[in-house]
Amino acid sequence: MLPESDKTAPSPAVTAGEDAGRRRGPWKRVFEGLIASPTAMISAGLLMLIVVATLLAPVYAKYVSGTDPFRSGLSARIKIDGKPTPVMQQSTEGLGLGVTPIGPTWGPQYLLGADGQGRDVAARMLYGGRNSLLIAGAATLICLFWAAIIGIAAGYSGGVVDGVLSNLIDMIWAFPVYLLAISLSIVMIGKSFALGPFEISSGSLIVPILIIGLVYVPYVARPIRGRVMAINQSEFVMAARGLGIRRWKILLRHILPNVSTTLIVFAPMLMALNIVTESSLSFLSVGVQPPNASWGTILQDGQTLLYSRPWVSLAPGFAIMVTVLLLNLFGDVLRDVLDPKSARGR
Amino acid sequence: MSESLSLTTRMRSRILCGVAALALGTALQPAFAEDAHYGGTMKLVAVASEGTLDPHINYTAKYWPLFIWTHDGLMAFKKAGGAASAEVVPDLAEEAPVISNDGKTYTFKLRQGIKFSNGKDLTVEDVVASFQRIFKVSSPTSGSFYNGIVGADKCLADAATCTLEGGVTGDAATNTITINLTAPDAEFLYKLAVPHAAIVPADTVTKDAGNEPIPGTGTYAFESYDPNASLIMVRNPYFQEWSAEAQPKGYADRIEYTFGGTEEAAVNAILNGQADFMYEPVPSDRLAELSVSNPDQLRVSPQVAWWYAPMNVNIAPFNSLEARQALNYAVDRDALVSVFGGPALASPVCTILPPDMPGHVDRCDYTADPGEFWSAPDMDKALELVEASGTRGQKVTVVTDDSVTSRGVGTYLQTVLTDLGYDATVQSISGDIQFTYIQNTNNNVQISVTQWYQDYPAPSNFLNVLFGCDSFTPGSDSSVNMSGICDKGLDDRMKAAMALGSTDPEAALKEWGDIDYDMMKLSPAIPMFTPKDVDLISARLGNYEFSSQFHWLVGKSWVQ
Repeated sequence: MLPESDKTAPSPAVTAGEDAGRRRGPWKRVFEGLIASPTAMISAGLLMLIVVATLLAPVYAKYVSGTDPFRSGLSARIKIDGKPTPVMQQSTEGLGLGVTPIGPTWGPQYLLGADGQGRDVAARMLYGGRNSLLIAGAATLICLFWAAIIGIAAGYSGGVVDGVLSNLIDMIWAFPVYLLAISLSIVMIGKSFALGPFEISSGSLIVPILIIGLVYVPYVARPIRGRVMAINQSEFVMAARGLGIRRWKILLRHILPNVSTTLIVFAPMLMALNIVTESSLSFLSVGVQPPNASWGTILQDGQTLLYSRPWVSLAPGFAIMVTVLLLNLFGDVLRDVLDPKSARGR
Repeated sequence: MSESLSLTTRMRSRILCGVAALALGTALQPAFAEDAHYGGTMKLVAVASEGTLDPHINYTAKYWPLFIWTHDGLMAFKKAGGAASAEVVPDLAEEAPVISNDGKTYTFKLRQGIKFSNGKDLTVEDVVASFQRIFKVSSPTSGSFYNGIVGADKCLADAATCTLEGGVTGDAATNTITINLTAPDAEFLYKLAVPHAAIVPADTVTKDAGNEPIPGTGTYAFESYDPNASLIMVRNPYFQEWSAEAQPKGYADRIEYTFGGTEEAAVNAILNGQADFMYEPVPSDRLAELSVSNPDQLRVSPQVAWWYAPMNVNIAPFNSLEARQALNYAVDRDALVSVFGGPALASPVCTILPPDMPGHVDRCDYTADPGEFWSAPDMDKALELVEASGTRGQKVTVVTDDSVTSRGVGTYLQTVLTDLGYDATVQSISGDIQFTYIQNTNNNVQISVTQWYQDYPAPSNFLNVLFGCDSFTPGSDSSVNMSGICDKGLDDRMKAAMALGSTDPEAALKEWGDIDYDMMKLSPAIPMFTPKDVDLISARLGNYEFSSQFHWLVGKSWVQ
């Protein structure tokens, strides 16, 4: 369906080519826009590669590294150049104090070395990435869903409903995001709790998903509310109202399609933000709980190995940086494609 | 000639004067040099604070080494390094007590002229009130260290009205204090030398003082305490040294303990000269580097201590003896030693009494090859026991503090529990609340990771304190018997062994060794390893001494 805003009078800058493009349908035009952008293609391709790699974590752990990345491997030994080598290596120099995990072997086993528990960092990176992306993705969907409901309800209804919802949004907004997320985490990760008929255990991934999904709702709901209010005052909506079309039909046919583009633009940006938030919470021990791993927990594991085994920290840090960068690059192109006016304005 | 003679004479007298001055200078040099060390600010760092500043309540290895410099008891452990640190010497008492009535009555003569850090004179009333306060604030050791004082049973039953009538009496006229015991106690002088028996002003609040410093008589006084930021100690303005063995004058003028940051940051701060000492163990991976690059700043000392995992015998799954024994069989002590930094820093243990504790006997059942020492885990036996217990599949949460080592041990235990078929998770909570959290039965902690360092060199300090019935107080943060075990038979044997110690110490030690073995048959905890103390100190810190009782003697080190 063509967003109604695009059916309004064309801007003076609209060319014949663009006019033809509009006739092709908005989603096809978006798709073609993305295809035409090398930035979008490269970032989407690399993101897909990351997703596939993380999905193959069990395959890597079982058939390549041959280790269980969730078991302590403090007494484990591997063969390097045919010689059995302990994964946790006792210092033999100086006073002979300390034990250091094995460093990167650049081979199938312990490619990036081991962490303080003697676990394969590369295998944990893949499992951790899967969890980080899952949490960020699910939290993004939850956030967009609730933000859309609240924003549309507030912006379209106005009056008392708008007053209540806007104040609610403002109240949540008043809390610093991380303070709110940490507080919720500390309360929720301590003990199992019931969510309707479901029992959520304290170590479940659902806990960080819910927390991260909720803390950013005001940040998306408010712009959505503003967008809905603007669309609500647009000529085509006024015209529809004048023709006696029912409110719910206007909402479904005219408001929602136009808001959906805003939500789509938000999605990659929000996902990038959620990856960082999840990593931060996990780094602070209030996100993903052991034995699960995420890039944040691996970062935390590596914190105490920064000097002797920096790869344990560098690898998840690099993964977070690259993923967030790719999501932001893709999000930028997506926004430009969905809203050509803003691209021209820049 | 005469001139020449005169010159010779003058030269000779000059030489003699020079030699005399040199001799005098050499003789006085150590004294002057030592005086020059007084002053400066000593900076300590720790990841987190560790609870109340009340010396009658706080029971942590982090603050006891501070309390011995701010507060005194009637007796004190000698502030010296090595074996001498286990000797008890008179502190606020003028001399060793007169012991009469078949070892049940101790009479102390109180020193005169001593003032608290608030300027008040120390009196016998303060001493009597302090002993009452131990019970009124429900000190964690009131039921284990001081329950032998006459009247203690009433105080334990009703703390608010505690008078210790007939137990502790003071005579202001003769400046004496008399303590009557219900039975002889060979360890009583040790118990008087720990911070829980500190003498505080009689008008001190009879509840946990929390973050408010309580005046003491030591060389230092607490100036301020913010558990989220810092603990500051300054010189007690009223302190005059009365015994260099019991309470010597501290070298530094000011001691600043800063909380926050990480162990890594603490190491960097010390190497950069921004801190002098860190409380937490040096992170394992830094040890290897530091033992090569900064060996002069590392001090390794043996300790009478153990890292262990108490299992709650009153809730599932560890209310099953088989489940507890299974875990004891399954845990690889060598793996845990590597978490702590390797065999140079820790040794596997299989008993409750650590190797250097009197009464310890090398015996180990929970190993693949039972004998004197632990050799390897026995997973087959462990899996059999789990099967027999019928607890497979149950949820277990391991509660650790947030230090690197504790989390590492917890993660390892979670792996072992998973291998045994449990649904295991690790919960890591801040070090400043974890120790009290795991004691309180209301928190339903199933298994935790903790440590215990000797309070004094007697086996009861491990067995009776950690596994005695009197140390178990359901619903209290001061219930140091974290397993919640109360075996009446073993409890009676422990009480008898304590009494036996005053008449036949050798027989008592043998009995303690047997009690240790029998207690481990009930498997209330997993003995993991006995750690060595590794202190990383700044390059400027001098005169480092390590006490087996209170570890690094902060007041005896200087920073200038």
